[in-house]
Order: sequence, then structure tokens, then C-alpha cells
Amino acid sequence: MGKTLFEKIWDAHIVKTIQGGREVIYIDRHLIHEVTSPQAFSGLKQRNLPLFRKEKIVATADHNVPTLNQHLPIKEPLSKKQVDTLIQNCKDFEIPLFGLGHEKQGIVHVIGPEQGITKPGMTIVCGDSHTSTHGAFGSIAFGIGTSQVEQVMASQCLLLSRPKTMRITVNGKLAKGVTSKDIVLYIISKLTASGGTGYFIEFAGEAIKSLSMEARMTICNMSIEMGARGGMIAPDTTTFDYVKGREHAPKGDAWDKAVEHWSTLYSDEDATFDHEVAFEAKDILPMITYGTNPGMGMNVTETVPDVPNVKSLEYMGIEAGEQLLGKEIQFVFIGSCTNSRIEDLRQVAEFVKGKQKAVNTSVMIVPGSKMVEAQAKAEGLDKIFESAGFELREPGCSACLGMNEDKVPAGQYCVSTSNRNFEGRQGPGARTILASPLTAAAAAVYGKIVDVREYLN
Amino acid sequence: MEKLITLQTTAVPLPIEDVDTDQIIPARFLKAVTKEGFGDNLFRDWRYHKDGSENENFVLNNPTYSGRILVAGKNFGCGSSREHAAWALYGYGFQVVISSFFADIFKGNALNNGILPIVVDGNTLDAIFKKIESNPNTQFDLDVEAQVLKVEELNIDFELDSYKKECLLKGQDDIDFLVSLKDEIESFEAQQVIF
Repeated sequence: MGKTLFEKIWDAHIVKTIQGGREVIYIDRHLIHEVTSPQAFSGLKQRNLPLFRKEKIVATADHNVPTLNQHLPIKEPLSKKQVDTLIQNCKDFEIPLFGLGHEKQGIVHVIGPEQGITKPGMTIVCGDSHTSTHGAFGSIAFGIGTSQVEQVMASQCLLLSRPKTMRITVNGKLAKGVTSKDIVLYIISKLTASGGTGYFIEFAGEAIKSLSMEARMTICNMSIEMGARGGMIAPDTTTFDYVKGREHAPKGDAWDKAVEHWSTLYSDEDATFDHEVAFEAKDILPMITYGTNPGMGMNVTETVPDVPNVKSLEYMGIEAGEQLLGKEIQFVFIGSCTNSRIEDLRQVAEFVKGKQKAVNTSVMIVPGSKMVEAQAKAEGLDKIFESAGFELREPGCSACLGMNEDKVPAGQYCVSTSNRNFEGRQGPGARTILASPLTAAAAAVYGKIVDVREYLN
Repeated sequence: MEKLITLQTTAVPLPIEDVDTDQIIPARFLKAVTKEGFGDNLFRDWRYHKDGSENENFVLNNPTYSGRILVAGKNFGCGSSREHAAWALYGYGFQVVISSFFADIFKGNALNNGILPIVVDGNTLDAIFKKIESNPNTQFDLDVEAQVLKVEELNIDFELDSYKKECLLKGQDDIDFLVSLKDEIESFEAQQVIF
């Protein structure tokens, strides 16, 4: 019987199977950041264990960093201590660090792909649930806890139980104004915030294959929002074209051999999945969320359903039966590991070019990395944002989770391109409405929730 | 990691579904570089008002309920991979969480910190909530070896991976085991083709 894409990669990384069925899985690449690594480094030191494979680990500072004046010392003492601890640990253990001031610093899930560190067929982990992003390249990538960060540091392996497999197929072509963010918000709204738990998901179908790598990353990024262990997409020429020529991509003969191998990474026709779901692209419209988990989403023209989770709607100040189209918003956040890549910024710039943000709305746009920022500037996107009244910040996780100073004020509605609308996620009392960069750009310009399709040429 | 073998205690009810890790421990409290002190900020924004005063309506501030078991609604621990959520629960004093469904990463993190996540079916969960409601002093009696939780007349058998059971009973984590495989890991590396 044939194998799924997931099984091909997983099986190639089994070091050992132990009693009870758990498997020791070899990890090809370990990404770390300042928030979930310090206790792992302390653990190694306390146990007097060396870092087993320092060449397989890459570090960046992203969660805590300010997005203004990054050339100055971090003002917030606790953030500074955490970032300084990362710097010291990377020095002690000889780990490459893309820290503040580095020309390649950025959000961990943005810098891996853009430097060619992320490649098809790999196993990739990071102490961050959105590690699933890297699955867009046809790799097994997933978030881990700090105990596991320490385990990978000590052994380059994890002891895991094999997840079940699910394939989500999206057939057909997307309508104009509908993006990959809408696809994934739609899927989560159908499967719920726990519908993927226990599964590793492969996304397939014409609508998925037609997407760029940036757009594929957005989809895989949010697999965790339905509880899935991770998400992945079979690599193809779109993938190879993206990886080719990047700093850590194979070169010359090695490139040809790599592509030959990567071309075998797909689910065989006779492979079976534990669960299969199919959707039609034509049913997907621009999406928004109305509640406090990413499964509470609807298309922008619908009315808020009557949900049992009353607490959630109360927090949002939204009532069942209400239409959110036309609802005034006060804040727009464009950024995060979900939507802060150059394609996202281009899409926003194209929409806002020659337009102004609404007077009642604050707009923060935070590129995913220094490389994205530099590219945006080279293309003149910064000028477009500036004349539209958008505030272009420096790279970091920023208001996606409000660990730094970037927070949405209590009670305000924020249309956000990030991944989580949990209570207080963007700041205590903040009310998050998740959407695509395009819908967020339109909300910024009109100061309210609009159906972006009505404003496209 | 501390051992967990048996436990006799009361339980705290939190009948809310989809409790995410941002509620268990908000991101702004993740700035420590050690594992200590997170219990103080467990459920911070539900437990305290904006001015820092206690929210009397939140169960952790209600003296009627106490104990080392938290009973929560479906899909507990969804969201971020932050192990700080497990540290906060443990730091506060919880050694067991009962729910009808746990998010994957949280479940792993809990077990790696000596917290046992017990999955029960929806009806059993409702029955447990009712018991606590009618008598907050309802006694819970846990036997990890036998994989049984007794709540008065309810005898709940729960699933637990044999390896993880051993870890809980002995207070061991995965790291010693993985490090002991060094030779096998190096053999694996020797045959791996890297692109």
C-alpha cells in the first residue's frame, strides 16, 4: 500500500520504536527564540549536558522585541533580560543568532523559509505552536514545549506518538478578493478550533496547488488553530522555485539531487488517510471572526450565529444575529507569522495606494523580518504606507500577542491579520477580528468592516 | 519532575470550553527565564480585575472550592505551545486536570511536568461537575498505577500511555532516555542523506 506524504517523511526519521508504540524521531532543524528557550538552556546546564548538534539549531529574537527604535537598548527590563539571556546562551553554546540589529532578524517562521533553512522532507521543530508554517514546504514541522526544546538540544530527537493523518482538499479556483487566509479561516470555521486535534493535516487540491509559497505558509501556519499537530503541502515547482538560490539552499549538483528526492514527496494514489474532508473554493468568501477562538468565523456578509458560548460574544460586545459588515473598528494590525511576508505587504500596498486610512482608525504594519522590510522599502511600499497614514514598524511578533509594547487598547475592535482572537491576546480587553491582509487593508481605509470584493477593480 | 502515584483531594470546577493557553497564562507574563512563579498569574485576567483586585466571581477566588484537581470544559489548553501554562497550573498546586478533550501540545507539556491530564467522556464530565456543584467537598481518589479515578460511586478508568505512566510513577522525564540512545542516534545520522 502506498504512503502519505506525512508517512514518507516520518518513516524516514524514525531512529527507534519503543514498547507501547512511541517512536524516537530525528529532528533535522531546531529553531529557537527568547521566550521558550531559557529554561531549556538552564536545564541542559543543570544536567551538565552538552548541546548535541549545535549546527542544527538557529536562533532569533522576535516575541519580545520592540518594533520602534530597535537600534536602542530594550526599555522594558524583563524583555531585555529575556533577550539578553538568549544572546548569552547563543554565545555559550555557539549557536547562530539573528538577533536585534542583525540584517536577517525577524519572526522565526519568516526567517527560516526566506533564508532557505526550511526545505522539503525535513523534520523541523520550535518552541512555538506556529512552527506548522514550515509544513508549506512539504516538511513535518510542529510546535513543542520547553521540555521538548531541551530534549532536542540534548539528543536531536523527540519521543513521540504517531499522529493520525487527515487530508483536506480544496477543489476549484478562488474568487477574486478571496485569499489563502480566507481558505484557512473557512476551514477552521467548518472543522472548529478542536477539529484537527490528534491529526497531521495535508492540504491538497487545485485551490491549494495554485497558491504561492507565502500563501501556502499562511494556511499551514493556522493548522494549529484547529488543534492539528501540523499542516503540510506536497512540494512542487512552486516550492522548488521559491527555495532555489536562497542562502541555505543546495547548489549545483546537490540542487539537482535534492529536487529529484523532493519530487518523490507526495501522497501516493493508493495511500489512505485516517480522515478526509473536501471543500469547494467557490463556497469561500472573504472571512472574518466574531468570537474568541479562530473557529468562530463566518464570511463577511453573514450574520453572527447564535452560539452556546455566550461569554465569548459578551467579551466581543457582539450579539447573535448582528451583521458585522459596516461595524466601526478602531485598530488594524497587519503582521505576525501568518501574514507579514512580502506578498502580504504588496497586497496591502496595492489596495491602499492613493488612498488614506480612516480618521478613526490606527493602523500598524509590522514586516516579518528585516529582509521583508528591506524588500518593501526597495519596492517603495514604505512610501505608500506612509502616505496612507499607516505606521510601518520594525520586525517582530508585535501586537499578535502583545508581549512587547504593541497592544490594542481595551475595548477597541482590531481587524488583525494574525492567527488568534483569544480574549486579551492583543492586550487586556482587546477585541480581535481575524481577517486577510486584503480585508484588513480595506478596514483600515474605510474604518469599518467591509466586503473587500466591492472595492476591487 | 515530581512523582505522581496516588492523590486524594477535592477539585475545582471550571466549566468553560476551549480554555486557551493565553487565558491560563497571558503572554505578558512569559518573560521569566526560570520555571518558578507562574502560579501567581494562573488565569490572571479572569482571576483579577484590571486594577489588580480579585474577581470574586472567578472560581479560584471562591473559598468554597479548593483541591489539587482542576475540572475543565472541552478542548482545554488549546492555542500556544507555551509550557508556561503547565508551569502555572503546577505552580498554583494542580496535579491533575480532567476534561473531555485536551489540546495535543498542552497534554504533552502537562505530562512532562508531572501533571496528569485525564480524559473522560462528556457525560462523565457533566456528572463530575454536578457532584462538585452539589458538594464542593466531593473527594477524588486517584490511583495512577491502576489508572482509576474514584469520585464517590463513579469508578473512572482512564487511558494513559504505558511509557508516560512509568514516567509519572518514577518522576522521570524523556531526556535521560533520549540521551541514553546516543549510539543509535549517531548510527541514524550516519545513514541519513541530507539535502
